[in-house]
Amino acid sequence: MYKIVKRQALNHKVTLLEVRAPLVAAKAQAGQFLILRVDERGERIPLTICGTNPDNGTITIIFQIVGASTELLNHVPEGASIHDVVGPLGNPTVLEGKKVCVIGGGVGTAISLPVAQLGKRLGLTVHSIVGYQNKDLVILEQDFVSCSDKLVIMTDDGSYGKKGLVTTALQELIDAGEVYDEVVAIGPLVMMKAVVAVTKPHNIRTTVSLNSLMLDGTGMCGCCRVNIGGQVKFTCVDGPDFNGFDVDFDEAASRSRQYFDWERAAHERVINSFKEKA
Amino acid sequence: MAKGSETKVPMPTQDPLVRVTNFSEVATGYGEAEARTEAERCLSCKKKPCVDNCPVGIDIPAFIAEINKGDYEAAYKEILKYGSLPAVCGRVCPQESQCEATCLRGRKGKAEAVAIGRLERFAADWNLAKAAKGNGSKAPAVSLTGPKVAVIGSGPAGLSCAGVLADKGFAVTVFEALHIPGGVLVYGIPEFRLPKAIVRQEIAALRDKGVDIQTNVVVGKTVTVDELFERDGYKAAFIGSGAGLPIFMNIPGEALNGVYSANEFLTRVNLMKAYEGDASTPIFKGKRFSVVGGGNVAMDAARCAKRLGAEVYIVYRRSAKELPARAEEVEHAHEEGIIFKFLCSPTEILGYRNPDNPRDPKNGWVRAVTCVEMELGEPDASGRRRPIPKKDGEFTIETDSVIMALGTSPNPLIASTTAGLKTQKWGGLIADEYGLTSRDNVWAGGDAVTGAATVILAMGAGKKAGLAIAEALSGAKK
Repeated sequence: MYKIVKRQALNHKVTLLEVRAPLVAAKAQAGQFLILRVDERGERIPLTICGTNPDNGTITIIFQIVGASTELLNHVPEGASIHDVVGPLGNPTVLEGKKVCVIGGGVGTAISLPVAQLGKRLGLTVHSIVGYQNKDLVILEQDFVSCSDKLVIMTDDGSYGKKGLVTTALQELIDAGEVYDEVVAIGPLVMMKAVVAVTKPHNIRTTVSLNSLMLDGTGMCGCCRVNIGGQVKFTCVDGPDFNGFDVDFDEAASRSRQYFDWERAAHERVINSFKEKA
Repeated sequence: MAKGSETKVPMPTQDPLVRVTNFSEVATGYGEAEARTEAERCLSCKKKPCVDNCPVGIDIPAFIAEINKGDYEAAYKEILKYGSLPAVCGRVCPQESQCEATCLRGRKGKAEAVAIGRLERFAADWNLAKAAKGNGSKAPAVSLTGPKVAVIGSGPAGLSCAGVLADKGFAVTVFEALHIPGGVLVYGIPEFRLPKAIVRQEIAALRDKGVDIQTNVVVGKTVTVDELFERDGYKAAFIGSGAGLPIFMNIPGEALNGVYSANEFLTRVNLMKAYEGDASTPIFKGKRFSVVGGGNVAMDAARCAKRLGAEVYIVYRRSAKELPARAEEVEHAHEEGIIFKFLCSPTEILGYRNPDNPRDPKNGWVRAVTCVEMELGEPDASGRRRPIPKKDGEFTIETDSVIMALGTSPNPLIASTTAGLKTQKWGGLIADEYGLTSRDNVWAGGDAVTGAATVILAMGAGKKAGLAIAEALSGAKK
């Protein structure tokens, strides 16, 4: 069992958990993920690790409530435990060059944060672009401030930062003469695809982090297969970071929606069961 | 003169029409009377050719003689001298190509071999049932104070290696990547062929022997082999990490929704219990599944799909004669109404696309598979006749799901993180006949070494390596 030592709601949809998992905490690096099961009948869900404290033996995850399992996870109180945590899985992020632009969208900013922090630790010039729907959903602002040489906050409705998409900000920075050795984009598939559309004409090395559907996360099941430059790759052992130019985003999007109806129904069942208990 | 009937005592099974609606065990097992009648058929011959053909060398006539006498506990103890999972082996071993293939009873005249597997299962089940009531024959308790040995993977190879080492007093820790131990016995082989309660009992027996089993540890990620030795003080390691990445055909359409690897499909059904109404893991319940392949895994996937309510095709590129699956599984599949499409191979999976509505929920899902008819040519390296595509032999099967059961390629996680561990070109770990790898004090066995094979071969390899580790470490102590 893995104890939740800290629980903090970052907004009404996004929660931060600090979980005791010493073996994972000792090893995890930026870009890697874990798989957890909330209870003994739970499904295995992959979540990116967004921070570690090896001295305390804890790891931090930030998740958005998107379905039944994250709904259940959000109901586990501080001090209680979750059933299983395994990791770190996948390959750590590798940053190249001297100047990087790290882009995060929505809850994806929880995953772009450790990458920006890695850049800072490596002594790179780090520009961060983060995008949210609106002011209420902005998270981790201070964390980004402390690891970024430049931070641009975008909101869809302009209620905070600048109005527009992260790609608008990226395009403006490039047009203003910023030269990046690498762009790292983490967020919804449509956002990552749009970032690639901006970087490709300039031939800027672009890394994206995929969060495919997964079961075991160790290369056994093949559920997370993605088309990378015409080759079948497994997100869990070959990724989760891939060269954005090679990713077939449309195929990845179609595969990620595979159980959409089932998941929505399962989520409703869980919500209703909590309502009944209340 | 031969005793008893010329044929095996039939195995009681659930009626096919009933069993395709549930996941309960198909073969319900011999009772005492059936077991003793079958045991009488053994000739107790001196040469014991059955034993030579058993990967773990069980003294088969000896345990059958105990059943014949009615001493089922003694029969069980006799088996346990050689192998640690008799209830599993009795169910999933390909006896027809091993012990029963060389049984004298079967070779003399036209009589059938003794039903060794069914008798092994009977002895094990009788004792497990008794153990559940609290007075079964348990292996003697040992305190594990010997040198530390790490066993990586809790499938058949790892469990059997751990059993051997625990019996000799080594402090064994088994590391399992998934959340429950058992490897392919829990994620791969379905409930109706191997009830998970049996696996749990066998694992509990191992824990009773003092074996420490740690789940949620991926060796190569959570810890490395080097750390096990240098940081954690292990003196030897056995790698039984099993089969690896599923193989796809590299034909168009394999990324469509509704295309599964057999590993994924079986893991959803078996490990995650997706067939239960309130399961937390989803599975697609198609109307017609097409399973590609002809091995045990293909049969398992097909029969699971059947139980989810689908019509099921098995698409196999050779003919019925070359099917690599265990005879009983093929027979059961036939009985359950699985439709075999022999001598054909998929060339493309076709997807649904509604040009008028990009939001049509069926977009991106499988609608059919195109196959080409095959004919058999000369035998290939495997000794089986090579299938060759026929000219103009293309045809289409309407289907809404395709399961690829074509085998696996070894998982690179351990080899890529362990210096000095050599692999074959195709990725399998290189090991000598005792399982010793190119790295000092590291042994390996099972599918990680051989590529996809059987439970019993993995158990044989685990046992052999366990004995070799015990010998090497006792030598080192002196």
